[in-house]
Amino acid sequence: MHNKTLADIIAGLNRGDFSSVEITRHFLDRIQQLDGQYNSFITVTAEAALASAAAADQQRANGSVPLFCGVPMAHKDIFCTNGVRTSCGSKMLDNFVPPYDATVVENFANAGAVILGKTNMDEFAMGSSNETSYYGPVKNPWDTNCVPGGSSGGSAAAIAARLTPAATATDTGGSIRQPAALCGITGLKPTYGRVSRWGMIAFASSLDQGGPMARTAEDCALMLNVMASFDGKDSTSIDRPVPDYSNYLNQPLSGLKIGIPKEYFGEGLNPGTEQAVRDALAEYEKLGATLVEISLPHSNLAVPAYYVIAPAEASANLSRFDGVRYGYRCENPKDLRDLYMRTRGEGFGEEVKRRILVGAYCLSAGYYDAYYRKAQQARRLIKQDFVDAFQQVDVIMGPTSPSPAFGFGAKGNDPVAMYLEDIYTIATNLAGLPGMSVPCGLVDNKPVGLQIIGDYFDEALMLNMAHQFQQATDWHQRAPEGLA
Amino acid sequence: MTIERADIEKLAELARIELNEATIAETTRSIADVLALVDQLQAADTEGVEPMAHPTDAVQRLRPDVVTETNQREAFQAIAPATEAGLYLVPKVIE
Amino acid sequence: MQWETVIGLEVHVQLATKSKIFSGASTAFGAEPNTQACAIDLAMPGTLPVPNEQAFRDAIMFGLAIDADIARTSMFERKNYFYPDLPKAYQTTQLEKPIVGRGHVEIELADGSKKSIRIHHAHLEEDAGKSLHEDFHGMSGIDLNRAGTPLIEIVSEPDMRSSEEAVAFARKLHSIVTSLGICDGNMSQGSMRFDVNISVRPVGSDTFGTRTETKNLNSFKFMEDAIALEVERQIEVIEDGGKIIQETRLYNGDTKKARAMRSKEEANDYRYFPCPDLLPIVFNDDYIEQIRETLPELPDARRDRFLSQYGLSHYDANILSGDANVARYFETAAGGDAKLAANWIMGELSARLNAEDIAIQECPVSAEQLAGMIARLVDGTISSKMAKEVFDAMWNGEGSADDIIEARGLKQVSDSGAIEALVDEVIANSPQQVDNYRSADEAKRPKMLGYFVGQIMKASKGQANPQQVNEVLLRKLNDLL
Repeated sequence: MHNKTLADIIAGLNRGDFSSVEITRHFLDRIQQLDGQYNSFITVTAEAALASAAAADQQRANGSVPLFCGVPMAHKDIFCTNGVRTSCGSKMLDNFVPPYDATVVENFANAGAVILGKTNMDEFAMGSSNETSYYGPVKNPWDTNCVPGGSSGGSAAAIAARLTPAATATDTGGSIRQPAALCGITGLKPTYGRVSRWGMIAFASSLDQGGPMARTAEDCALMLNVMASFDGKDSTSIDRPVPDYSNYLNQPLSGLKIGIPKEYFGEGLNPGTEQAVRDALAEYEKLGATLVEISLPHSNLAVPAYYVIAPAEASANLSRFDGVRYGYRCENPKDLRDLYMRTRGEGFGEEVKRRILVGAYCLSAGYYDAYYRKAQQARRLIKQDFVDAFQQVDVIMGPTSPSPAFGFGAKGNDPVAMYLEDIYTIATNLAGLPGMSVPCGLVDNKPVGLQIIGDYFDEALMLNMAHQFQQATDWHQRAPEGLA
Repeated sequence: MTIERADIEKLAELARIELNEATIAETTRSIADVLALVDQLQAADTEGVEPMAHPTDAVQRLRPDVVTETNQREAFQAIAPATEAGLYLVPKVIE
Repeated sequence: MQWETVIGLEVHVQLATKSKIFSGASTAFGAEPNTQACAIDLAMPGTLPVPNEQAFRDAIMFGLAIDADIARTSMFERKNYFYPDLPKAYQTTQLEKPIVGRGHVEIELADGSKKSIRIHHAHLEEDAGKSLHEDFHGMSGIDLNRAGTPLIEIVSEPDMRSSEEAVAFARKLHSIVTSLGICDGNMSQGSMRFDVNISVRPVGSDTFGTRTETKNLNSFKFMEDAIALEVERQIEVIEDGGKIIQETRLYNGDTKKARAMRSKEEANDYRYFPCPDLLPIVFNDDYIEQIRETLPELPDARRDRFLSQYGLSHYDANILSGDANVARYFETAAGGDAKLAANWIMGELSARLNAEDIAIQECPVSAEQLAGMIARLVDGTISSKMAKEVFDAMWNGEGSADDIIEARGLKQVSDSGAIEALVDEVIANSPQQVDNYRSADEAKRPKMLGYFVGQIMKASKGQANPQQVNEVLLRKLNDLL
């Protein structure tokens, strides 16, 4: 039952093979039995899930229903859910129960989805290992001594462990793609502006983008059909028709050109990972695509530019957490300054504090031009690299992450080593391009992800390419031992 | 650019974050590492490049001047740490 | 030594939009605390701003009115600082590309001389909430209803050289924004607030002295007093061999004292950067030209029109055209007789408004009511003495002038037959006085009329038309000569 994809579940519900209550209860039982090992959920909303599953079954009995009617899934705990605690993985919001829904949450509610709960994440989405969560680290179902990646590690691990067929996630510098790669699932970060950011707690506003995680590209297409929308409440949302992504999955790949950036195969790339990616590229040649070596000459600027821009935006975005209107407030503040200093000193974890301080530094008087402005200039150069590349090729492919899942604490004391985890994913966020990770191999029985980078609003082509790959290979069907 | 404990303390004051005496040395070191990473930017030739604040070229949409919100004070203040008579309470504000 | 004062103003103008600059919450004044603070205004996590088009239209109107450059592309920055009335801990404002660029405003001084004050720029930004300092067990209360109200901040060059110039400039801005209808101009509700940058320098010097900023003045009178006080203080400090410290000062209008602000925002570092939640705001020439075509009459043009259309004196025209609300009131009331309307507005009405500290928009006597009363004055139904009574009654809410005249039986008697009878009666009853009149010197006679008029008015219970009484009385007495 838990091996069913979203597409299987929708078909099964439509055929009446099982009810929404049955499948929902099945996943809730698995979460209860197994999630103690993975810690992939922060909040499980069992009662509400069963109630909405029952309502969905009733609705189905009464006639035609929306696509996701009665389909269980989970939300990353960064999306505000009306009446359900939304912690963002932080002590700061441990008691925060928003009186409103994120647009993404509303979209899935309108489509009839049943929400199993809220998944674990790095605090305020800052991290690549899920070790910064106030609720403790998430464990990788492939090897519980290893990290699941981050920041959407809870969503990725829950899907890999078959605790949910799908989950929402967000990606600011790789937070969908890197955990998808490390957990052996499929994840898509859409073009900036494709999915509304309303109600999605901001980390770095010009980089954040919500997207789907599931086991297959076909499922990601189904989810993106629901997630993508124009939203007047988000000034950066793009008013552009949303295609039916499921319609394009079976287009042939012959004649398509795949750009292989030489900068993505350099020093620091694990040889096993490289081999898996090269094998995947060979598979694409078999499917009729052509490989073209390209260059993205400013790739080396992506990580430094990102670690100026993201912390700078975050330092302002996270200033609202001041203990006045919601969330954590320190005990017995002796004056206003003390209220701020201790609320924020006690409420934020170390990585969040570090990034706020770095951001404040880059924006402070005398440093703005050397850091922030320079990073914004580098950002344009990075974007231009991609614009030039897409003159020659249809998509770009390479590794998602330099190596498979690493052990807990391996990079704990070295933020820079951790930041380099996202060396291949960060540039697409800076450029606002869509990016995807697809399982393409195993190294030491740990999954490897193939990254697909598309041109602006080319999600349909990316999903098509990923789906064709998944028709030809079975990496996406592999499960951690004992979880199939 | 070397960064020292005093710089970190100044930043912490700007960002209103109390730093833990036990970890401030470690915080200083790790921030110095991060700044060394971002300093790689200095080598880039960005002469004449227009800074880019947004990934897309879209322009701002404007909203018609219509009141769409209703009073939800009760719901908002139900999740507030301290309120009285409809006001949020904070330690005395001194100008 | 002779000192010269140098003044520059930063003026915050609350725009009269219905909803806030980045949210759909109401901007109405005076609501219960925090009932008009929505999720966006409260900076709830995940909420996002969407700008109000009217705020831009208003700002563009202002820019066009002061002959300024309008930015075809403008943008918003975040200005970071922690304060409990600023929920996001950053103010969304404009720094690098403000909507309104350089412009200028003409002022006229008491001696009739004119001066042009340069405007450096004007930008859009959001207002903060309010900290209420009443004691809540040693705590302050925060009301965020005002948070997110659209403001334009108008920044002048340091072009003013006296408090008279500064006040004239402030009044002129008030006049412009109320004429445009982009601000209600209600100073006591904080709709316009002035930050005054003041420095002094020896006459003839071409460098500026160190300036201080006196913040948040919300009346012209306070502004005038605060400038005088600060100029005096600065001169004293310098003449005593001291130095002026650049600081922010607060003026208390009740105690007429000022002090430096206590919160020592240690070397403000606002860390401005472009707001990533908002995209560049782009207007094309057509958009701006369309707004230009809808610009209402501006104060200077209106003054000129008042001079020609209503035949007002220069003084009256200046006063009545300066404040858009007063001008609107005047033009409605002027239907019957413009001169009379001007006199009533600048006399009785202003006195009452001042005494009760209310704005003309909230005047209990509407312009239509005043016009109705003036019509009865003009047609002789009531005397000017009666008009005062009618005005008081209208102020107290007793209805229109006609209603009051009717209810109180205030009609003056203008029926010539009735007046002739009254005059005959009084002459018949006053043989002695008539004799005196007849025997008096020609020159003394007019003074002797008072007695007869008094008697006639008394007999008519004050309702006889005095002008008619005079005419008839004079004719009849002269017949007896």
